[in-house]
Amino acid sequence: MNASLLILEYAVVGLALAILLLDLWVPASCKAKLGHLAAFTLTGILLASFAMHPETAHYAFKQSYVLDGLSLFFKRFFILAAILVLLISVEFADRMPTGISEYYALILFALTGMMLAASASDFAMVFVSLELITVTFYILTSFQRNRTRSLESGVKYLILGALSSAFMVYGIALIFGAAGTMKFTAILASSAALATKPLFLLGLLLTFSGLAFKVAAFPFQIWAPDVYQGAPVPSTAFLAVGSKAAGFVLLLRVLMGTVPNITAQWAPLLMLVAGVTILYGNLCAIPQRNLKRLLGYSSIGNAGYLLLGLAASNQAGAGAILYYLSGYLFSVLAAFAVISVVSRQTDDEDISIVSGLHKRSPLLAAALALGFISLAGIPPLAGFFGKFLLLKSIIPNVGQPGVALLLGTALFGIAVSFYYYLGVVRAIYWGKNNSDLPPIAVPVPVRLVLYVCIAGMLYLGCFPNSPLGTATRAVLALKP
Amino acid sequence: MSILLTSIIGLPFAGALAVAMIPRNNRLIIRSVALLVTMVSMLLATYLFSEFQSGVLGYQFVHEIAWIPSLGINYAVGVDGISVGIILMGAIVAFAATCLSHEITEREKEYYFLLLMMIGGILGAFASLDLFFFFAFHEFALIPTFIMIGVWGRGENKNYAAFNITIYLTIGALLALFGLIALSVQAGANSFDIRVITAAIKAKPLTGAVQAWIFPLLLFGFGILVSLWPFHSWAPLGYSAAPTATAMLHAGVLKKFGLYGLIRIAIPLMPIGSQAWMQVIAVLCLGNILFCGFVAMRQRDLNLLIGNSSVAHMGFIFLGIASLTTLGVTGAVVIIIAHGLLAALSFGISGHIYHQTKTLDMDQMGGFLKPMPFVGAAMVMAMMAGCGLPGFANFVGESMTLFAAWKVFPVVTSLAVWGGLVIGAVYMLRAIRSVLHGPVSPMGERMIDAVSFWRKLPFALLLIGLLVFGVWPRLITDKVNPCVEEIIAMATFGQPTAKVVPPPVKGKQRPPSRKRPAARP
Repeated sequence: MNASLLILEYAVVGLALAILLLDLWVPASCKAKLGHLAAFTLTGILLASFAMHPETAHYAFKQSYVLDGLSLFFKRFFILAAILVLLISVEFADRMPTGISEYYALILFALTGMMLAASASDFAMVFVSLELITVTFYILTSFQRNRTRSLESGVKYLILGALSSAFMVYGIALIFGAAGTMKFTAILASSAALATKPLFLLGLLLTFSGLAFKVAAFPFQIWAPDVYQGAPVPSTAFLAVGSKAAGFVLLLRVLMGTVPNITAQWAPLLMLVAGVTILYGNLCAIPQRNLKRLLGYSSIGNAGYLLLGLAASNQAGAGAILYYLSGYLFSVLAAFAVISVVSRQTDDEDISIVSGLHKRSPLLAAALALGFISLAGIPPLAGFFGKFLLLKSIIPNVGQPGVALLLGTALFGIAVSFYYYLGVVRAIYWGKNNSDLPPIAVPVPVRLVLYVCIAGMLYLGCFPNSPLGTATRAVLALKP
Repeated sequence: MSILLTSIIGLPFAGALAVAMIPRNNRLIIRSVALLVTMVSMLLATYLFSEFQSGVLGYQFVHEIAWIPSLGINYAVGVDGISVGIILMGAIVAFAATCLSHEITEREKEYYFLLLMMIGGILGAFASLDLFFFFAFHEFALIPTFIMIGVWGRGENKNYAAFNITIYLTIGALLALFGLIALSVQAGANSFDIRVITAAIKAKPLTGAVQAWIFPLLLFGFGILVSLWPFHSWAPLGYSAAPTATAMLHAGVLKKFGLYGLIRIAIPLMPIGSQAWMQVIAVLCLGNILFCGFVAMRQRDLNLLIGNSSVAHMGFIFLGIASLTTLGVTGAVVIIIAHGLLAALSFGISGHIYHQTKTLDMDQMGGFLKPMPFVGAAMVMAMMAGCGLPGFANFVGESMTLFAAWKVFPVVTSLAVWGGLVIGAVYMLRAIRSVLHGPVSPMGERMIDAVSFWRKLPFALLLIGLLVFGVWPRLITDKVNPCVEEIIAMATFGQPTAKVVPPPVKGKQRPPSRKRPAARP
């Protein structure tokens, strides 16, 4: 029993409760500013986390919670994402009907869930942390109670999320039935024997389905575009970055850390899922006109690329996933921050709202363009290096059946994605209408978010040596 | 260690950053900065060319900075005999393109920023010794191309052209990237450095099975980038929609990236693959020479004509490469350089005309030589160089490739000669007739020549380049030849006698470009 390992989670939960309490005394006009307080405190927590150096894995709660390099990497990732999302939501606050402090608190609770997911070392922990994330997101997505779209997206997320939770809990029950334990360490020790038990494999498959729902991988991707489009911008941003990364950290923990031998056998399945996800996301993104919906489909496509790293089933692939997710964080949050500011005047998210944006605000235009160019994967931005690492991790497997086809699919997907990502760049720089609209004033916090995102994209793209070392060290935790 | 190359590449990037800092109202300062950095970059490239030691194998002026040691990816630039000429050509074209950018009058700050970024990417691609940077610099130049065509491009379907060129080139580049990563992985050196990979493959050649799938990836990936028939359709369309400078840089320099990659990487490292595919290239290059030649003949739009003829010229380069002989590949490198200057000159001239007429329909032109003696004369010379008139560098390269290819692919070569000389002459001469000669058309009366020094300078520079390399090709061939000999030695190592004939030391008909000292009087 070593409960002090959870110090970061305690801090975040404490902050969330403090925000809820402060809400009682703070005058209504200042409530939106609580987000700044939360972001500021989180920055402190983020900095404090750098004092922790877990050389080896430390366990708490009878080995159901682990603190190692991988979990710490993802904790920092989630905290950073939450800071940026909080800053965006302060800008968004006046578009929320009521209860903005609760919104901040919910973001922090979701963050706690993500941080616990990063440390999950037990299937019960997996389920609890995922439910904490998902249930808070039911509320976050439907937070704009006065908008039907927001409510609709919340209900859709609720129904499909409940379904995936059912899959998952059923899978966990089967795993427990077959293995007699839910601990990752115990399952890893007996994974050779378990690999022959059909009941265990079925349970694992159902768990995988539940996680595939989180990362929006085919065939559990159907919710993503609708929910992305309907939810308030900060919720979508957090969903896109945080929830997806939580899904991937659990996929890494379960598939690569716990049952590596079964994962190796399942490579064809993973490749199939990856290939179809890439095709579905990218092809469906072509006709989209709504920016958030476009990003929804793009997030499906990106889940496909990330699954490439999982299908490679090697350390390089796992490291590439971490790197790609970090680049994805900055790229996507830059895009959502801009969308949040630009959609203020028009109350619309059609691509046409950004046309001529370069005249209205060069900073917003540059940030959005860089975000989409990074997502498309063009040097010297983060997205390019992430894609390069993912491809590099799977190309050595090209002798295996199907890998060549998968690479062809990935190439096709990337080429298609150029079309719709650059379509947005086109709208920004030489779109026809809107250029006579007044300039947009960018509030300082959002400006800060954009600077951080641009710096992050450039840093990860131009100086990958040290972040790549961090990612490589983090995935050492997965080595059995 | 020498930072000379890094400064040639870095100056445009530094200039781009400087342009980004200058307030947008200072148009003159922005343009002067762009001109200054490209001019210094060009002078440095000339110095590099003159200091380069011919006949020495290996890379010179190498500069390395550790980047990601764990993956074996490092910033490393250097030149050998092949790339030194291309970098000089690229720097000249870059300066000429910047000079001719005076036609741009709106959003100049963004324009010069993107132009300088593109130039830096182009020069970096040819100087890189690391496959990762080699690829990344090329990809990096693609986004400026896209935005420049979209924002400052011409015509109704510039959007279509911008997307077409970008997506087409991305597919080619990604294929090549897969091939490059696979090559690095299969070489087993855990490095992306060309020198390390070459050494590793020399010690332990790739198996035939591996070459059989990597080589086509590189061939078609690079082939798409060079508009190898039938993957050429992006080129004329994109160039006719692009602003002058972009077309000059892309058609002149950036497009040669694929050829450079083939010569530098694909052929020497995968001899079995290249020998198996050379027949295919020889047939496809006829598609470039004949098919695109015929297409060029039908064009009534000057830019489409130049664009198609530029695609047709790529056929000769492919033919030279396909011969897998020292003479042929040396000729290919000479054409790469000559065509770079020529394409830039042609697009520069058509840009000068378009700027005033707002159309390039040759039916409405005529008699332009009278109002524009200088540009007109330059155009006559460009067109003549394009049909391979002796005295221009194109003739040197084309004759070398044809002589080399004759021994290997006689049928293809005879068709190519016919295509190059007859078809080329037909459309080039017809273009001269309809644009320059005849009675002065109403449009022609308003035409203004390039009057000031700065307007004449780019045309003059490019012409001087063509003529100097045309009458004194040893300037290039002496540098290129030893490197090509080494590449060919590697490429034919597997089956030296099967299809490949060594270059003739003495022949009856000799191009005036004999590079062997013994053959000179």
